[in-house]
Amino acid sequence: MKFIYQTWWKVLAVVIILYTLIAGFLFGVPTLPILHETIRNTYFHVPMWIAMFTVFTISVIYSIAYLNTGKEEYDLIAVECVNTGTFFYVLGLITGMLWAKYTWGEFWSNDPKQNSAAIAFLLYCAYAVLRNSIDEEQKRAKISAIYNIFAFPIMIVLIMILPRMTDSLHPGNGGNPAFGKLDMDNRMRVVLYPAFIAWALIAVWIASLRYRIRLIEYKRNEIS
Amino acid sequence: MKKILVLALLLSVCITAFAGQSQQVEMADAMRSSGKIYVVIAIVVIIFTGLAIYLFSIDRRLKKIEKEK
Repeated sequence: MKFIYQTWWKVLAVVIILYTLIAGFLFGVPTLPILHETIRNTYFHVPMWIAMFTVFTISVIYSIAYLNTGKEEYDLIAVECVNTGTFFYVLGLITGMLWAKYTWGEFWSNDPKQNSAAIAFLLYCAYAVLRNSIDEEQKRAKISAIYNIFAFPIMIVLIMILPRMTDSLHPGNGGNPAFGKLDMDNRMRVVLYPAFIAWALIAVWIASLRYRIRLIEYKRNEIS
Repeated sequence: MKKILVLALLLSVCITAFAGQSQQVEMADAMRSSGKIYVVIAIVVIIFTGLAIYLFSIDRRLKKIEKEK
């Protein structure tokens, strides 16, 4: 847990993101119809989802750890990771909608990817509702940990698997080429992959800050 | 600090290497050639730097509170 109190990885994340901001606008990109310069959104829209997956995964790990050990701190980590993940979820949805407006024609075209992303979002809203509806601390921690462990694979199925099985406008789905050989090249990869790592680190950073605040609140409540 | 400087230097080399390519699909070439894309980059970088500083300041304040205990 010392990791979250260290500074080096936070600086690293900031530096890498500054690099992707500059390189993302200036480096060459494949010239594709419809997409045009919006292909650069890949550097900013997709990392939001990577950041979300990262903190959600950490949250599941700590939910399991909580059920194993019963340590209250683990529950606090899990809940703050979900909160941060939900924030990046909203960013991913909004940026996706704006991008869709100018490439698919509408903010919301009831595309399978969009719809299942919205449903999965409700899953995590339900997590917050569930948590806030239970007063007793241990019960709340236990039930929400179990819910979280079940919600995660369902979210993965909804976002990553189901849209791939039907026709979807989103790249990577329903016979649509992903950002793979056809529309991606190494000029993009040198920006995209660092962006994935850096935004994941930023999400972990924000989650760790929220956890530290919550830990102080928790300790204060314990004393009084 | 030195490493960051080296990184920035390498970056600027890459930028010049990738600048200017003939394209068929309509891209924002005019904007880039007139140099105004740099304005956008500058603004985005300023915003993100501000947010990063903000995060660091929260981090520092938290550290202080944690030490008090």
